[in-house]
Amino acid sequence: MNQELKNSPIEPSEPLLKIENLKKYFPIKGGGYFKGNKKVVKAVDGVSFEIYRGETLGLVGESGCGKSTLGRNILRLQEPTEGRVFFKENDILAYRSHEMRKLRRQMQIIYQDPFSSLNPRFTVGEIIGEMFDIHGVAKGAEKEKKVKEMIELVGLDPSRYHSYPHEFSGGQRQRVGIARALALNPEFVVADEPVSALDVSVQSQVINLLMKLKEELGLTMLFIAHGLNVVRHISDRVGVMYLGRIVELSETDNIFDYPAHPYTAALLSTVPEADPRLKKERIVLKGEVPSPANPPSGCHFRTRCPLATERCANERPELAEVRDNHFAACHYPLEKGQTLKEAITSLEQSRQPVTQ
Amino acid sequence: MDKILEIDNLVTAYQGKEGFVHAVDGVSFDLNRGETVCIVGESGSGKSVTSMSIMRLVEFENGTIKEGTIKFNGEDLAKKSNEEMRKIRGSKISMIFQEPLTALNPVFTIGKQITEAILFHHKVGKKEAYRRAEELVRMVGISDPQARLKQYPHELSGGMRQRVMIAIALASEPELLIADEPTTALDVTIEAQILELLRSLRRDRNMSIMLITHDIGVAAEMADRIIIMYAGKIMEISKTQDLFDQPLHPYSKGLLDSVPRMDGERGVPLNSIKGSIPRLNEVPKGCRFSPRCPYATEKCYTEMPPLEARGDRQVACWHVDRLLQDESLKNEIKGGGMDESGVKELSY
Repeated sequence: MNQELKNSPIEPSEPLLKIENLKKYFPIKGGGYFKGNKKVVKAVDGVSFEIYRGETLGLVGESGCGKSTLGRNILRLQEPTEGRVFFKENDILAYRSHEMRKLRRQMQIIYQDPFSSLNPRFTVGEIIGEMFDIHGVAKGAEKEKKVKEMIELVGLDPSRYHSYPHEFSGGQRQRVGIARALALNPEFVVADEPVSALDVSVQSQVINLLMKLKEELGLTMLFIAHGLNVVRHISDRVGVMYLGRIVELSETDNIFDYPAHPYTAALLSTVPEADPRLKKERIVLKGEVPSPANPPSGCHFRTRCPLATERCANERPELAEVRDNHFAACHYPLEKGQTLKEAITSLEQSRQPVTQ
Repeated sequence: MDKILEIDNLVTAYQGKEGFVHAVDGVSFDLNRGETVCIVGESGSGKSVTSMSIMRLVEFENGTIKEGTIKFNGEDLAKKSNEEMRKIRGSKISMIFQEPLTALNPVFTIGKQITEAILFHHKVGKKEAYRRAEELVRMVGISDPQARLKQYPHELSGGMRQRVMIAIALASEPELLIADEPTTALDVTIEAQILELLRSLRRDRNMSIMLITHDIGVAAEMADRIIIMYAGKIMEISKTQDLFDQPLHPYSKGLLDSVPRMDGERGVPLNSIKGSIPRLNEVPKGCRFSPRCPYATEKCYTEMPPLEARGDRQVACWHVDRLLQDESLKNEIKGGGMDESGVKELSY
């Protein structure tokens, strides 16, 4: 299975989901009902991409970049401010609530925190069984049988049907969360930092489980995480977010081997590598992510970008194809194989005649 | 070598509902002057309790040091009175914590908190203290120090707060800095900045650093030596390079293998350690790791292996030889996948 998984290039088959110019703005103080121009935080600021059937699309970015908000808006767990989300070519933002409820069988979410996302007063059997109740899929003995199948599928002992969440370890609870999300055999799952709260030795178990289930059940997954090594391992394609926008999107190997956006390149250079032999050129970005309530004009990354020019302040770069199937939102994307250091050097050289 | 810290058979217990639980259970190691040692472990490994024991802070959270000595510059900290400890804490040994927001006082400005630390440890006037505070703040990489000193903790970002914490920790020019998960709450680009800062401090001031982390990657980048802890016990102590070349303990190996590598093969199942971390009140008999260990035998279930020297490394396992045998076999089979030094070829 693994060999296959690795060797099969992602066929640009039909997209299962299509997200068009999605925006989510949160109002903050300063305005009011009767005052004009309310201030907003642009958590997701005009994002468009597609998720192909059967792929795992990884979404990385630092905290506050809007990756979790994006995931929730795609599932309509929050209502987007603007934009469109097509699931199998149907605009689901136009769905009414009862239509949406039906659709939820096919779209589920796995949450980060296995401690707060399970109701402590419910047994595991009830937590998973609730899914069948809500959607009227199974009752009584049949339901119990199905729930036990799910418990077994995620690698827990079905005899723990009557156990409560506190009787499980963190990793086991996350397995329960996964069983709940997958109980109704959805086609699409948003996994929102599913392993971030887990200990290292348990993390890999859950990653393995997700990869196995994805293969067995033919899932399409949006995998949101800040751990770059985990995202690299599990994803077919990767999107990089910065301050509410996708700044780079391509197949995983392209992103990690030949990043085009300076932010991606810098991000990759700072990952603490679990091997002292892999000493690499570290590019430590200056400053911090600006507040999304008051982002820089033009390119949001320009305040920390070593390659930024005046153009970056005036003109927002759109996500465009810079190489084959490799999209970046940057006026000065890196050449294939060019390091950020090299780009900085060549930029300095090109500037010299002007200053002299 | 000049040892700044020598810990011998430290046992720290917490009062639980059903008697004492031993969070740290017979831990011995030392730290050389100017050295960075990382204690790596998962939750419940006792890595934080070890550092809290050195600072004698466990007593404030229902814990007791039951046994052992903590020699700092030759003096046993475990025997010091609280009054004596107060003088050592924050002056000769400083500590920074994971969550800088809870470690700072929300009702005082940054300037007030840093000058307070300076005034406590040095005989200087308020003006001079303020001037030094400015210097410290600039040194930890905060721009516009005059404005920053007037701000309150909530006005600063996570990375800035951690810098302030480091500035306070450095106010007394400590000989030993204990950093307990200093970057865990921060984003990678900010983490990189803080680690860079710690590296430069060590370089410029020859400070000894004890860094506690769950992130094997952070340890790989920072440490001279790495101490691997599990369920209150030390499993292995090795030089960083040695550990990554060839871990000696099955747990160390499991831990290293379960982290997806940036140059590893994608999509394949990761090596993982079966089962989960035991709770402190139900630690297994014998070797703590035995229920999860692929090498475990009868002996492991009954007898805890001592931490023994092996060359200049230390390891607590009955089956080191079996593990090494397996590894050399595996390398032979791979034949050429690894070169002699065990260095994998980089794909990029």
